[in-house]
Amino acid sequence: MRQPTSASARRAKAPRTEYLIIGNSAGGIAAAEAIREVDREGAITIVSEEPYLAYSRPLISDYLAGERSLDSMLLRLPDFYERNGIEALLGTRVARVDFDHKLIELEDGRRVAWRKLLLATGGTPIIPKLKGSHREGVFTFTTLDDAKKIREAVDRQRKVVVIGGGLIGVSLAQALVHRGVVVVMVELMDRVLGTALDVEASHLVEEALRQKQIEIVLGQTVKEIVGRPEDDRRVGGVILEDGRTMACDGVVFAIGVAPRAELVKGSAVTVKRGIVVDRHMATSCRGVYACGDAAEGYDFVHKTNRPIPVWPNAVAGGQVAGYNMAGRPTRYEGSTGMNALNCFGLSTVAAGLVEPKGDPSCEVLVRPSAANGSYRKIVLRNNRIVGMVFVGDIERSGIVFGLMKDGINVRRFKEALLSSDFGLGSLPDDLRRKRLSLPNSQRSEARGNEE
Amino acid sequence: MRPVYAKEDVCIGCGLCEVYCALAHSISQDLIKAFKKEHPRPLARIRVERTNALFLPMQCRHCPDSPCVYACLTGAMYKDPDSGAVAVDPGKCSGCWTCIMVCPYGAITRDIDRDIVAKCDLCPGRDVPACVANCPNEALVWIEDGAAGRASSLAATAQEGIGGY
Repeated sequence: MRQPTSASARRAKAPRTEYLIIGNSAGGIAAAEAIREVDREGAITIVSEEPYLAYSRPLISDYLAGERSLDSMLLRLPDFYERNGIEALLGTRVARVDFDHKLIELEDGRRVAWRKLLLATGGTPIIPKLKGSHREGVFTFTTLDDAKKIREAVDRQRKVVVIGGGLIGVSLAQALVHRGVVVVMVELMDRVLGTALDVEASHLVEEALRQKQIEIVLGQTVKEIVGRPEDDRRVGGVILEDGRTMACDGVVFAIGVAPRAELVKGSAVTVKRGIVVDRHMATSCRGVYACGDAAEGYDFVHKTNRPIPVWPNAVAGGQVAGYNMAGRPTRYEGSTGMNALNCFGLSTVAAGLVEPKGDPSCEVLVRPSAANGSYRKIVLRNNRIVGMVFVGDIERSGIVFGLMKDGINVRRFKEALLSSDFGLGSLPDDLRRKRLSLPNSQRSEARGNEE
Repeated sequence: MRPVYAKEDVCIGCGLCEVYCALAHSISQDLIKAFKKEHPRPLARIRVERTNALFLPMQCRHCPDSPCVYACLTGAMYKDPDSGAVAVDPGKCSGCWTCIMVCPYGAITRDIDRDIVAKCDLCPGRDVPACVANCPNEALVWIEDGAAGRASSLAATAQEGIGGY
């Protein structure tokens, strides 16, 4: 007969770590480094269901394209964990989190107790309920294993339908073209990159994609994935919402990711769209923190919490979480939607509110797209930058991003923002001196407006 | 880290810093060959802004809290643990331009031919960065302050009464 074990007895048996991090990507690694900066001794444990050393997720498209091996995708040197005294439990899935007794149970039955917990679990690819999505030849594109599967299959696949024209879809399409695959991109919105770019920049990217023979189907979605006449288990084509059919050898869902919060269901950790965190990346449950795609942190443009699933935010939030977990009070300065893209040589940078669509409180400054492919747009509200789009000549976009992040009043020089030779030299003397001498500090608790 | 600073009032906008920076980062290290024969052409990592009747040479400030390092998608951008300089590993850079988006100084350049970024590396192996060594009227300054960091280097700049800081 099984011994009845009380929760406290279970807890006593579990090895205890000071800092437990679930997730071994951008946020988890940044947090571990921040913890080590403050606490040289406390035990750090990182758990990840992926078996790999931390690697760059965005580079899976280079991997798929055949341009990179895993070695050149690693975020840190292979001795990173050892050198920092981090126990890495890789290739292990967390089955359950017991918030009352502060321990996790792994799928293999092991338990780990913690003092501070970080949920850096990332996002889950969104897969719509679709007839036929069980067929062989249907993929998602978020992890290295996804890229491996597509890479193995792709040699047999001459034509692939990519569902979703967002950042994942566009980078996937580029990789597939590099592999000589015929790509059809199906996007529900009336343009690609509809959440990242404004209308004009979207059109410029569409042009760049079409030049590479990528077929773009807009305002449409796939309603069914059909099998092959000779083998119904394998993908043979898709049927679009409007009834059109299209033969293909593979389908990839690239619709986006949703915050991955299944481990905290039914717990004291508040989840809205993502795991809700305060300005110190702490969740509603004491001692539990969250960051990255799993969380919804502060957006300084929208002045509210929302999920912003981009890499730099995961690193920034992970770092803040790490400092706070280790006892160094640090405030997250917030972030906003931001993306840089190099699409077949077309460079774009966009951040904040890029398409204010008739918002009367916004002023929009535009330098129309020129023959050389350069285009610029700045969105202002009360003379403060709330959105920016740069296409082509993007080198000075970071200066504008910095002015936006710091909430600088640009009234005195806003015309210069569109100038092709805009730079720090375009700022009034007093402001330029301030910008040049103040380090852009992630750690400062106070972020003052300079005007 | 000691970044290179510019004395705004002294710079005459001649652009020699750009020329010598590109030369220092060329393969041949020969002025004529570098600009006439090398393909792709070597890139300058310093740029003289010419705006508002002001000449402002700008390159990487090697920030202690480097936004480019945090934003880098691949781990290519890193802070050298010994020197504190911000450097990029060209083998790891994927040319995604995310660092460019977050650099508050606009100091990172696209190297379009190689599809990676280029930035000031303070000329490792030289006693003094090439831009400083070749500035004809000493508008560019590189202050020796050891590992004391950027803040003290700024204080030193202010004390010596140079620059507009």
